[in-house]
Formats: sequence, structure tokens, C-alpha cells
Amino acid sequence: MSKNVSIKYALDWTTVAYFVLLVFMGWISIYGASYDFDQTSILDWDQRAGKQFVWILTAFGIGGMLLLVDYKMYNFFAYIIYAAVILLLIVTIFVAPDIKGSRSWLVLGPVSFQPAELAKMATALALSRFMSAYNYRIKNWKDLIPLMMFILLPFTLIILQKETGSALVFLAFTLMLYREGMNGIILLLGVFAILLFVVVIKYSIIPIGIEQGTLGILLASALILLVQLGYALFFSKHRRDALILLAGVAGVVVIAVVVNIWYKINFNYVAVFAVLASSVYWSFVALFKRFKKYWMLAAISFGAILFSYSADYLFEKVLEPHQQIRIKVLLNMEDDPTGAGYNVNQSKIAIGSGGLWGKGFLNGTQTKLKYVPEQDTDFIFCTVGEEHGFWGSTLVLVVYWLLLMRLLRIAERQRESFNRIYAYCVTSIFFFHLMINIGMVLGIMPVIGIPLPFFSYGGSSLWGFTILLFILLRLDASRLERMH
Amino acid sequence: MINDTLQNRRFVIAGVITAIVLLYIVRLFSLQILDDRYKEGADSNAFLKKTQYPPRGLIYDRNNTLLVYNKPAYDITLIMREIRDLDTLSFCRALNIDKKFFIKRIAEIKDRKRNYGYSSYTPQVFMTQLSIEDIATIQQSMYKYPGFYIQNRTLREYAFPHAAHVLGSIGEVSQKRIESDSYYKSGDYAGRDGVEYTYEKSLRGEKGVEILLRDAKGRIKGKYEDGRMDVAPKAGSNLILTIDIQLQVLAEKLLDGKIGSVVAIEPKTGEILALVSNPTFNPALLVGRQRSKNYAELVRDPTKPLMNRATQAQYSPGSTFKPIQALVTLELGGINEHTRFSCSGKGSTPIKCTHSHGSPVDLLNAIEQSCNPYFWQAFRSTIEKDGYGEKNKNFKHSFDQWREAVLSFGFGHKFEDSDVYEQTRGNIPSEKFYNRYFGETGWRAMTIRSLSIGQGEILATPLQLANSMAAIANEGFYITPHLNKNDTMQKRIHTVMVDKKHFPIVNEGMWRVFEFGTGRRTKIPDVSMCGKTGTVQNNHGKDHSLFVGFAPRENPKIAIAVVVENAGFGATWAAPISSLLMEQYLNGKVARTEMYDHIIMSTTNSDVKKR
Repeated sequence: MSKNVSIKYALDWTTVAYFVLLVFMGWISIYGASYDFDQTSILDWDQRAGKQFVWILTAFGIGGMLLLVDYKMYNFFAYIIYAAVILLLIVTIFVAPDIKGSRSWLVLGPVSFQPAELAKMATALALSRFMSAYNYRIKNWKDLIPLMMFILLPFTLIILQKETGSALVFLAFTLMLYREGMNGIILLLGVFAILLFVVVIKYSIIPIGIEQGTLGILLASALILLVQLGYALFFSKHRRDALILLAGVAGVVVIAVVVNIWYKINFNYVAVFAVLASSVYWSFVALFKRFKKYWMLAAISFGAILFSYSADYLFEKVLEPHQQIRIKVLLNMEDDPTGAGYNVNQSKIAIGSGGLWGKGFLNGTQTKLKYVPEQDTDFIFCTVGEEHGFWGSTLVLVVYWLLLMRLLRIAERQRESFNRIYAYCVTSIFFFHLMINIGMVLGIMPVIGIPLPFFSYGGSSLWGFTILLFILLRLDASRLERMH
Repeated sequence: MINDTLQNRRFVIAGVITAIVLLYIVRLFSLQILDDRYKEGADSNAFLKKTQYPPRGLIYDRNNTLLVYNKPAYDITLIMREIRDLDTLSFCRALNIDKKFFIKRIAEIKDRKRNYGYSSYTPQVFMTQLSIEDIATIQQSMYKYPGFYIQNRTLREYAFPHAAHVLGSIGEVSQKRIESDSYYKSGDYAGRDGVEYTYEKSLRGEKGVEILLRDAKGRIKGKYEDGRMDVAPKAGSNLILTIDIQLQVLAEKLLDGKIGSVVAIEPKTGEILALVSNPTFNPALLVGRQRSKNYAELVRDPTKPLMNRATQAQYSPGSTFKPIQALVTLELGGINEHTRFSCSGKGSTPIKCTHSHGSPVDLLNAIEQSCNPYFWQAFRSTIEKDGYGEKNKNFKHSFDQWREAVLSFGFGHKFEDSDVYEQTRGNIPSEKFYNRYFGETGWRAMTIRSLSIGQGEILATPLQLANSMAAIANEGFYITPHLNKNDTMQKRIHTVMVDKKHFPIVNEGMWRVFEFGTGRRTKIPDVSMCGKTGTVQNNHGKDHSLFVGFAPRENPKIAIAVVVENAGFGATWAAPISSLLMEQYLNGKVARTEMYDHIIMSTTNSDVKKR
């Protein structure tokens, strides 16, 4: 009994309030999105809103139950839970029926469930346990490999279930890793790789002359050289090195242009040559001046130009056709408002037509008339945008922001690194979902089908997010328990 | 210790999160507040706006006889994007068309070169102007053909197969018109010529709209807001014309077999009583699906039935210009009531006389006998009244005065404030023209002598001629000739530059034409009439036969101009036709059956098909 009282006392009620608020707003939006002209009640059990209400009630129940568990259990059972979920994921691949090309749903009578939703929680717990171990060092290779395995195992299994979107969520853990000591350059490199990829893909269709290369590679090379220049100028303050680089590149460009007058050359080769030469140059500088960081610069440049040069190939061979087209639509390379671009176009129309104040609750014509596909799951934010306009959508974003800030605060006040790492896992996952989902709906991220936490229709995802959050709340509450 | 520096990384993480949230809020702002495109997108998405076409205004004649009314017609329209699982064969059978036609039409609709504003999202006209019988079969089975719709329309129906040029026709709007007037959408109909064009805005009414909600599959989900946002179509206003349909019909009959035109005006009001151009056509030919075929045939016809000769053809007025010449030279002091000039008949120089009469002649005689030498000398003494002066300045000044006075009768320009469609301006040559042609000092009265008898460079439309008669009948002013019988038109009064005191003598001269001169055989018994015949040489064969005049002399009720091309003497064709028309208008019937029969039976031009 005494434990119960202390939970009530120690629970972070602010977070619970955000949680309830989001769930409630999501429920209202689902009602708006699936509202049909002849339907009347929000509690009609045959309708989506009615069903979601059931999910919400059960989620509350699950949350409450999780709070009653002794906090030490989560640490203790972390690997067991992880192992169980991995097993479940493996089983799922073989027994799940094919639903829209994905084999990720376990069907048990009238209820179907997506184990991938549980995988996030299980991985978060396992990572927290592993990384909070006494002798764990992130820069230690022996520790790094199992760490990567913890993430890559569920990632691969979910990819095998053809749920690429859910699998990509595991990338979110990099944010937690950053907090726990991963070199920030890795995150920057990730952003840089995305930038190079986008530039190469978007401009590789623009040729220079006839058979003289494409704009994509040229721009990518220019970007790489710019990074080198910036690094030399602002971080190492070796101005002379930067000047030599600049002169070298200018020389190569001039020679190329002059040669081109008599003999048509492929400028892509020139660009690649320039970057490779610069890598060699930085290696020499590193060797003679014993300035070790230039080794890294040389290596990164080398890797970046290789990556740029093969981006086209990766794009066409690794990505599936529907993924390629989604990216092309996002980059405005293809205009296909009735095909691949349909979702995003309709979603932008729905949101854009909301205006400042929206069309009012249940008055959205776009979502109501089913113009936006997946409007109560992945595209639920459209309904908010259309019916409640700019202020409504902004309000929802602000609530999410408040929740994430609150979670960061909770994370940093933990004494146990297990708790902190787990808190960062949860924050990273929520943030990743928010960024991808709303970015997709707003047309600035590619279409990746992952739900909006607490908002999107569906029991699995709501339960999954609730479990993630309430385990954290339970861990957080233990902080005061110990003081008593 | 490491943990302390790592702790600061939470600020980086919080910063990234905040930046993304801010970025999304900015994006929301640009989508929802700054960009209007998406609102329109939403509308055309979810709302099916069904246009409700209003009935077009009816057209009546001056005695409230119905001339033009509507009959229902139907268009089959389609929205390409909504067509699903079409059973082409059964669709074609229901519409009674063959598959080839269907394929051709679809290709035409999709061809952006021909169908400019094509979009697979908007209704396109598949077949147009079908009758009730045509769509009877398909109407019940329309639900089987999603994407196809029946659109109600109205077509024009004509009570009389006459007055085609006055009424004009309606047809599909051109791309140009759609661009200049946002009221129109592709496939709409609008007046193309005649009063249908001039009064398009009041005749067409206001389109209404019925807003239906439609889901992503194109299914209609009911009326938007229960029809509260619908706009009911507003019927077009009726139009009452100044035309007297009896007179119009008679005029068309009298001109049958001839090329020519008739314009009759009520002098006091400027109302056009009849406006006829022959050859003409049945206005019903340009209605419905036969329109384009018939139109092409009319275009090809060498007698140019589509041309409205009454307002578009320009003729040298010849002797019918003499009353105007008399008034202008009196006003400018070239002659007075008593001025006499000698005439040597056929031996006169530089212009010979075509009639035999005594000499010298005074103005009354000159009008009565249409004496060419008199009007030459009157014209000459008018423009030479101050001599030629240095560099012909005085002469040119006098010529300008003469021209201004003639223009004031409505010659040489269009009636810009009129509702008559497609006028030509005619021509009263200017000083500038002669300067250019002959050099600054290269022309004298002698050079332009033809002007004195209404020949040479002078050109006038029958409408202008009839209007000049109205001005003489009114003794000094005319009201812009018009077709819409409403009072505001009558405020458009134009005063001519000839003093009222000069009119009686010209009036008497024209009266004498009917009493003793070229018109005496066509006088209506017991009606005192004024007029002037004209026989005008031209480059296309026989002389044009012209007549202008008005009646009754004391209280003019009708002013008229008649032209019969290449028919011969004015007195032989134009004068009797005018006379019969005036009789019809003044007495309500034609008593002179012999004259009537003669005109009706005659053909002056074998190319013209008798109707």
C-alpha cells in the first residue's frame, strides 16, 4: 500500500497530462477523419473512433499496470524481454498474413497486433541495460559491436517484415548515443550524407553538354571541397592550407576548361579527380605537419566522393521502385498528383485549405470525403490541419514540443544511467516519429509510413507508445522512492 | 567528469527538436496562410459544382409579338477522371452513335491543341444540343456510365423564319471570349451577332450553381450544406425590339430574288422598324447540332447571305445624296432658295444631266428633276465661296465646312452609341485624303466634282441613308438609330449643322419628286410623301437602284432607305419597294396588289435563291 501512495506522489503528472491531452486530441481527430455523413455517435463501436476509445481505455489500463511493477524489474528483465520480442519478430515473419505487402501483423482471432511496436521498447530496455553496465565504454570496439547488434537485429527483422518505416525508427537511437558520448561528427556525417544524396539524385538528371557529365556530381564535389575549406579555415585555422587547396582546385578547373575547348572531356571525372587530389593533399599535410585531424578530413573526403559517385547506383539498385518514386516526388523531380504524389498532394490540399482557423470540427471536406488515404492513421495530422487550421496544428505541435522538453528534463534528472539512457531512447523515438510523420504530411519528408504517437488510429501503436512512456514514468518515480 | 561535458549535449538535442518544430510551424504557416492554391484545390476536389443554366431572355417585336423563345436541349458532358469501367458499346447504342464517333470525340476532347482548357478534372462537352428524343434512352441508364452527365441547356426557337441579321445567333463561346470574360466557361453559349450579341449580358441572365459533395471515388454524397450555398439561376431579361415584324417580313418578301437592303426608321424616336438584308437565311438554321454545317454552307454561298448589307455594305448614294447636298449648300451660303443655274441637259459640262427639263432651274426643280449640273454648281459655289486663297487655304477651309456639315447627318462614321451590330463607317473623304492623293495644292473643286452628285469617294450604308432621311423629316436632328425599344435610347439626340429654316424648301422638293418627278408612279394615294430616287453607276454591272424618303410629309412616321443592287433605275425597283413598305406601315395593309405582285414575282439577280 505504501508503494502505491508514493507512486501517486512521485509520478510526473505533467507528462501524464500531456499524454492524456494528446490521446484525447487524437481520438477527436480520428472521429473527424472517419466521420461519415450518416454516422452520428463518437462512441459507435463499429466505427474507428469508437474502437480507438476502446484502445485508449486499455492503454490507460496498461499504463496503470506498468506503474505498479517494481522499477528494478525493468532493468532485471531487460534482456529477457528483448529476447522474447526478437523471437516474436522472427515468428511473425513466418506466420503473419500478407497485408498490403507487409508481413508484420500477428492475427489472433479478432485482434491483430504488430510486434514491431514492442521492439522499440525492448531494444530501448536492452540498450539501457547494456550501456549502463559498470565497465561499458562507448569508444571501446568490444562494446560497440554488441551495441550495434542490439539495434541491427530488430532492424533487420522488421525490414524482413517489409515494414521499412518501422525499421527506420531504430535510427533514432543515434540521438541517444550522441548524448551518451558518441562522436558528434557521426551525426553531422549522417546529415552530410543525406545532403550529398539529395544533391546527386536531384541534379543527376541535368546533363552538362553532351556526354560531359551531370550537374549532380559537380555540385557534390563542390560541397565536399567547401567542407574541406571550411574545416581548414574555421576549425584548424590553417589559412595557408586552405589557400593552397583553393589554388589547386582553381588550377584544375582552368586546365579542364581550356582543354575542353579542343577536346570535349567529362567534367565528372574532373570533379572526382579534384576531390581525390585534395584527399591526397590533406594526407600529405597530415603526414608532414603531424596534424592528425587532417587524416580524418582526407578519409571523409574520400568516402564522400565515393558515396556521391555511387549514390545513383544505390538509389536505383537498393531502393524499391515505390521508394524511388516517393523520393523523386519529394524532390520535385516528378509530378504525379494522381499516382505516387497523390497522398502528399491531397494532404497538402487538405492542410492548406484549413487556413488560419480551419473549417471547424467535422467540417473538413477533404478528409471527410476520403481524399487523403490513411487519413486516420499515418495522415491523421491532415484532419487537424483542415478542421482546426493553423492555430490547431500549431497547438498540437506545441504540445508535442512541451512533452519532448519534459522528457528531456526527466532524462537529465535521473541518477541511474539505466534510467537516463532509457529516457533518451523514449525521447529519441517520439521525436523521430514526430519529425518523419508530420514532415511527410507537410511534404518535406519522403512518405515513410509510421504513425504519429498517441494520435494515429490503431491499438498496437498506441499501446506501444504508452508502454514506452509509462515504463519511463515508473523509472522516474523511483527517484523519489529511494529518498523515502 | 566526462558526464559533465556530455550533459551539455542535451542543449544540442533540445535545440534540434525545437528547430524542427519551428520549421514545421513555418511550413504550416506557408501552406495554410500564405498559399491560396490549396484552397482552390480543395474546392474542386470535394465540390462538384453543377452549373444551372438560366433560361435566356425572350425577344419580342415592337407590338409584343414573340419572335424568339427557348426550347430545352441537352448536352452530354463527361469528367475524364471519373469514367470507370465504361461499357462503350452499350453507351454508344444508348446514344445512337457509332463507336468510331465515340473514339474520335474522346480523342478530340483530350487534344489540348484543339481543346485548349482540357483537364481531366473538369466537365467536358461530349455531345451537344441533343433533343429530348435523343437522350430519352440514355437518361434512365445514366447511372451505368459514371463520369458522364446530362446537362440541361436551352436552345433558341424562332417564331418567324425572318430577321436573321437583326436577331443574330448564339453559339459556343470562343477561347478568346472565355479569357476576357470570367463569366464564361468552356462549352457555354453566348450571342455571336445581332442583338443576341449586343444584349448578351441582359439576355443571358445569371448562371446558378448547385454544389454537391463528392468523395474521392467521385460518388455524390449529397448537397453541400443542404443546398444553402447553392445559387439559383437568374432568368435572362426579355428584350423588346423596335422592329415591326409585319414590316420586316414584307420587306424580306419584297427583296426576295434581289440583292439589296431595306432600313426603315421612325424619325421621331430613331427606332428601327425594319432592317433587312437580302439574301438572308432562316435563323433556325444556326441552332443546334446543324449549326456548324449550315454555317459553313452560308459562308461558302457567293451571294454572302451572312453579310448584313443594311449596315455593312457601303454604296455611293448618288442622287439620294442630293437632298443633303441641297441642305448643306444652303446652310453654307453656296446657294439660296432662289438661286438658279443653267442646265444644258446631256451637253452639260463637266457633269451631264440625265434628265430632260427646262433651263435655268431653281432648287425645287433641281431636286424634283435630279438635275446634276445644278448640284455641281451649287457644290462648287459653296467650296469656292471664298476663292482658293494662298495655297488653296480658303478653298480647303470651305471644303472642311462642307464635310463637317455632311458628317453631322450621320455619314462617314459608325453610330457608336447605337446597339446595331457590325456597322461600317462609310466614307466622306477628307482634306487629308485628297492632299495625300493629289498633293497639297493639287486638287480643286473640279477635281472632286463627283462629290456634288453623291458619287466618287462618297460611300454610305443604307442605315446611314435612312438615318439622313429621319434627320430631314425631323427638320434638323436625328436620334441614334437603334433596335432596343426602351426610352433611354431616345435620349441620344444629334443635331445636324443645318439651320431649321432651310428644311422646308428641300422638303417641298422631295415632295415634288412624288408629285411630279421620278417617284410619281409609286405614290401612295392620299398620302403626301417625300423622297428621292437614285440610280448609281458601279463597277459590278447594272446600276444600283436606290430610294430614300419619308412619309407622311406633315407628320413623318417612317423614314426609309432601299437599295437594290444591279437592278437598274431607282424609280423602277427601290421606289416601289419603299412605297409598298410605307403603305404597309402607315395603312396596316398593302392595297396596291398589282405593284406588290410585280415586285414579288421579279428577280433581279439570278444567283439569289428564291425563298
